[in-house]
Amino acid sequence: MLATNPTQVVFKRPKTLAQVPTHYCPGCTHGVAHRLIAEVLDEMGLREKAIGVAPVGCSVFAYNYFDCDFVEAAHGRAPAMATGIKRVLPDRTVFTYQGDGDLASIGMAEILHAAARGENFTVVFINNAIYGMTGGQMAPTTLPGQKTTSSPSGRDVEQMGFPIRMAEILSTLDGAGYIVRRSLHDPKNIRLAKKALRLAFEAQQRGLGFSMVEMLSTCPTNWGIPPIESLRWVEEHMVPVYPLEDFKVSPSLAGLRL
Amino acid sequence: MPRELLKGNEAIAEAGVRAGVQAYFGYPITPQTELLEYMSWRMPQLGRTFLQAESEVAAINMVYGAACTGARVMSSSSSPGVSLMMEGISYIAGTEVPVVLIDVMRGGPGLGNIAPSQGDYNQIVHGGGHGDYHPIVLAPASVQEAIDLTVLAFDLADKYRTVVVVLADGNIGQMMEPAELPPMQDIRTEYPDWAVRGAQGRERRLLSSIYIDPNVEEVLNYRIMQRWNEIQKNEIRYKEYYLEDAEYAVIGFGTAGRVALSAVRAARAEGIRVGLFRPISLSPYPYARIEALANQVKVMLVTEMNAGQMLEDVQKATNGRIPIEFYGRMGGVMPFPDEILAEIQRIAHSLVPFDENPRQSWMKRHAELLGTLQGKQ
Ligand SMILES: Cc1ncc(C[n+]2csc(CCOP(=O)(O)OP(=O)(O)O)c2C)c(N)n1
Ligand code: SF4
Repeated sequence: MLATNPTQVVFKRPKTLAQVPTHYCPGCTHGVAHRLIAEVLDEMGLREKAIGVAPVGCSVFAYNYFDCDFVEAAHGRAPAMATGIKRVLPDRTVFTYQGDGDLASIGMAEILHAAARGENFTVVFINNAIYGMTGGQMAPTTLPGQKTTSSPSGRDVEQMGFPIRMAEILSTLDGAGYIVRRSLHDPKNIRLAKKALRLAFEAQQRGLGFSMVEMLSTCPTNWGIPPIESLRWVEEHMVPVYPLEDFKVSPSLAGLRL
Repeated sequence: MPRELLKGNEAIAEAGVRAGVQAYFGYPITPQTELLEYMSWRMPQLGRTFLQAESEVAAINMVYGAACTGARVMSSSSSPGVSLMMEGISYIAGTEVPVVLIDVMRGGPGLGNIAPSQGDYNQIVHGGGHGDYHPIVLAPASVQEAIDLTVLAFDLADKYRTVVVVLADGNIGQMMEPAELPPMQDIRTEYPDWAVRGAQGRERRLLSSIYIDPNVEEVLNYRIMQRWNEIQKNEIRYKEYYLEDAEYAVIGFGTAGRVALSAVRAARAEGIRVGLFRPISLSPYPYARIEALANQVKVMLVTEMNAGQMLEDVQKATNGRIPIEFYGRMGGVMPFPDEILAEIQRIAHSLVPFDENPRQSWMKRHAELLGTLQGKQ
């Protein structure tokens, strides 16, 4: 049997994903997002040109998990750091990886202005509706009524305001070339998320300006919901608040067949 | 190069350009703005990077990112903006990447005003960002010195992988003086072996200020302190005037030192044996030289455009062995040479009480001065 039917590799670790176990909790989709980035960088042959900017948040160690050059930013400042790198090295592929506290709270000014300037780098935005790393406090993306350690009786919008939809906001800026929202809650959506990532990096390759893929992600640990149910929670509770849409796609990407 | 009439802020900018700066990021703030404006046309003219950031927080983090590529980079600001940069400065120190920062100080605290001040001495020399780190701090007293120290700042930043601050004040930034610019250096084409530029044909590199294991973080801290020891050994800079036979020494940096020099010359003309000691490197501070001076002179007069921030370093160096007197103007007020001359005369012609706290006695005298000034309004 073996002699006539040699084994065929149908699934392997992407080259750009380092050979190390991650520290993410079981059922957390940060790891899925990492893998998608690594696959896309491999497919586009960008590993040697890529420079990643890690955030402060659960993915603070992202730099350990990618086999490409990396820097580690201050909380929320990844877009400013990426701006500095990309302006000096315009032919490298620069990307930031940021959580929702990092990007939509403390780093709001940096992300907005990077998008407005049309900085030609790619942002992978992980929206898990909570502060993971610090133990489950309310994020700007926390859903109305959602319980967190700093909104113990649920997010009261009268007192704590409303969730921020970053993809929608950034898509209003002329500097943005590609802004979409995807979700990591099932295989179909994961495939769509990967395709979006590919387009985001294609946008950067073509110099179309700022690109961002927002990804709805899980935090079973701090939500206090088991992994499988967490995936369902994303679909049932997050998707209605954060619609999975293309908010801005530069016409130059329209004809692209992937 | 011929001497030209140059404005301080623009001269510093051009000095950075000639030192081979590849990227400048900044945010407008008086009295530093001409530096940013100069860079806004000069850098693109040379095909280099200029970017007006959305804030000083962003500017310093852009500088941080650009510095990680191994390029020569700089930013500039003034006191309130520099306060915002403290986060980035600490991260840059923790990542051990070279950065040059120009602080053209203005009156504070708070929004204060746009007049020259030396109120950032403590925030730059002794603190600012969190953690154990020491930037190199250089204080110019003329446009020429601002140019020379800016070029030096780039070399020191590279040599020690550290933050170097040129600590000027609004007076240096705004004034015009004849000065000579340095020759144009080439942009570097070879990059250090730590630079993050894409892992082409090599292992990946990481630049970070996070060391999650405290034991490893301690090793980093130790390395930073070892480098600081080297800096303290090699990079002390100061200038002395008329000190050879002096019985009294005035100590002042930057503009305060320059004003004091006029006062010292006038006092010399009256036969008072007084000299001036002007620290140029505020960090590392010339403690040893001041300690030695304490064996020579009878009294020291510290003069600053703040409430005596450097005074405490002089007291540390002299350790109570001789009386120290203080004269300061605050909040953006510059002292006139006459005022410092009057202090020198007071010290030379009367006995100075040994046991009194120099800041307290200055405040008592200053209350009278402020009273007279208010009476005049
Ligand atoms: C200036 C600053 N403030 C606060 C913190 C503490 N902090 C670390 S991570 C974090 C929140 C991260 O949440 P998020 O960006 O949503 O990422 P996640 O952990 O959920 O992936 C906070 C507040 C910090 N490191 N720095
Ligand atoms: S705390 Fe939440 S976001 Fe962080 S690794 Fe665990 S599950 Fe993922």
